[in-house]
Amino acid sequence: MFLQELAEARGVAGHEQAVRDLVLNAIKPWIDTHRVDALGNLICLRRARGQPTEQGPRKVMLAAHMDEVGLMITGINSDGTLRFGPVGGIDPRVLLSKQVLVGDDAVPGVIGARPIHLTTPADRERVVELDKMAIDIGVTSKSAAEKKVKLGDYVSFRTTFEVLDTEGLRTVKGKAMDDRIGCYVLTELLKTDYAFDLYAVFTAQEEVGLRGAKVAAYAINPDLALVFEGTVCDDIPKDKDISPVTELGKGPALTFMDRSVIADPRLVRLLVRTAERLGIPYQFKRAIAGGTDAGAIHLTREGVPSAVIAVASRYIHAPVSMVSLNDVDHTIQLAREALHTLEGGLEA
Amino acid sequence: MDTLKLLRELSQASGVSGYENEAQEVARRALVPYADALRTDALGNLIALKRGARPEGTPVRSILLAAHCDEIGLMVTGFEQGFLRFTRVGGVDVRTILGQEVVVHGRRPLPGIVASRPPHVMTKEEMDKPVPLDKLFIDVGLPAERVQELVRVGDVITLRREMVELAEGFVAGKALDDRAGVAALVFCLEALSTLRHTWDVYAIATTQEEVGLRGAMVSAYSVAPDLAIAVDVTFGKQQGVSENESVELDAGPTIGKGPNFHPLLVERLLATAGEHELPHQVEIIPGRSGTDAWAIQVAREGIPTALLGIPLRYMHTTVETVCIKDIERTGRLLALCIAGLNEDFAAQLGL
Repeated sequence: MFLQELAEARGVAGHEQAVRDLVLNAIKPWIDTHRVDALGNLICLRRARGQPTEQGPRKVMLAAHMDEVGLMITGINSDGTLRFGPVGGIDPRVLLSKQVLVGDDAVPGVIGARPIHLTTPADRERVVELDKMAIDIGVTSKSAAEKKVKLGDYVSFRTTFEVLDTEGLRTVKGKAMDDRIGCYVLTELLKTDYAFDLYAVFTAQEEVGLRGAKVAAYAINPDLALVFEGTVCDDIPKDKDISPVTELGKGPALTFMDRSVIADPRLVRLLVRTAERLGIPYQFKRAIAGGTDAGAIHLTREGVPSAVIAVASRYIHAPVSMVSLNDVDHTIQLAREALHTLEGGLEA
Repeated sequence: MDTLKLLRELSQASGVSGYENEAQEVARRALVPYADALRTDALGNLIALKRGARPEGTPVRSILLAAHCDEIGLMVTGFEQGFLRFTRVGGVDVRTILGQEVVVHGRRPLPGIVASRPPHVMTKEEMDKPVPLDKLFIDVGLPAERVQELVRVGDVITLRREMVELAEGFVAGKALDDRAGVAALVFCLEALSTLRHTWDVYAIATTQEEVGLRGAMVSAYSVAPDLAIAVDVTFGKQQGVSENESVELDAGPTIGKGPNFHPLLVERLLATAGEHELPHQVEIIPGRSGTDAWAIQVAREGIPTALLGIPLRYMHTTVETVCIKDIERTGRLLALCIAGLNEDFAAQLGL
């Protein structure tokens, strides 16, 4: 399954090459040209097939980010263990007792914790800070570590992809569903003809500030943009009435607004109408949380009408996340149909 | 014997305290080639007997070797919107299980995840505290009604982790406490198959150590050995743990000294290690050792007991780290010590 390869590929922000190679290899038959820009964005063009209408857009940009959150080596201790910092937003509490892969050689390592036997009840009420953690790769000296690892090496979680539910919710678990799920959706959307030039952009460095999308949108100068995300899904039981943001299995999540963008209302209406016409379940993202590439794209040059379609993804920014393939299929269906409708132009 | 391969199988097998069957099965397959007899007792202890070549006219002597094959884990306590509530079996630091993958042993094994909330929606105050057990849930990715069909309250949950090879002969995985000890017992029996020994050896993969040394208690009673050596893991040096609290990895097993251990047996182990130039360390344990040795020592009329410790980092996490060579050194020391047991030593001990 291509999604498995995407999820297991290692691509912490700033080092997306493995994901880029994988994507390019998979989509080559479906695109006319491609290039990799200065920030590492993979910009693919599928030229218009058929005659665009008078009101229709000439250039539509679709974006999904290749990068994932991870860690970076910041120092080597005298005992050969490695210090690290976060790349992107990571809750340090999910790091204890986890396996990681360090650097281009994927050196296996673990993030340990103090044995419970050597902690006091008061200790166990305190969060272990990042600077108290270390990655252990099994070497016992700084010099031995230096032979395997360099400062600045990227660290990714060591997580395998797996199908959890073959019917019902059709859930899968794996690393980096934020946003390999968007990359997957984008590769599927490239397999269809549209009456406009379709720029599919697999962006870099979303997790550290929407940086790839910013320059890619400038280069393309699109008429419209749709961004595909694996978004916050906080639907676990809670005693207080806190928004789940999105819910797994309830269909593609449409954004009115997040921390980075107010989605173009015409595009949102188009997506809602399309979903209702097709009888596709959909939901709204019900919290102003997180930013997306749309935040950078919509402010490009003179401004670009932009919207976000997201797959609800549980446990994002942690070592293992979960999505429903029902949501994925519905997202592809909705986006494809909405793009065809867009061929006739946006409502005035 | 391929210690790494055996350890991997042992580590990845499920065996939460009281539910050790799968791990016991791996141990059984490994022990079969060297055992004259194998049995499982009422508490699930797997007891392998390797007979000694007893000289005529001498009494039957035996030594018990114990390593526990249970591991810490979790247990289902309830359901909420398709998610599972759970409690701990053994000493689990809940701070180490957020985002942890698990296997729920329902009507079929169900992979799952200990749910974590995304950092995007949490306040600083929420992130400044560990998530308490009552706010932790397990997600098996199934619709609520399927969860109800497949899972029952009381089902055990294993923390899930593939063992991984690190550099320099170190490995990291779950349940190496004390499957590393079980591997050392297998290594010992294999070594004994090429050595002459006169005493019978009972190698026991004990149960329910993590909840109170229970398997060791009853198996020591039933075997009623002349001597006993428990093999467990001990705190290896790691970042953030002082030298006073830990021992070196890749420096051989520790030999425990303290009230839990018979001084003559300890001396014998030290002498054996010295004579054969086996790397070893001394660990001072001034009271309760918290290992099977603690229960065995006071079985029946009392049994002279010792403890070998395999240094291990990050105890009671899913990334417990050991040095493979330390496991083999432990097994070799056991075997050489057993090969040296004789009536003179029995007399010294007043047996």
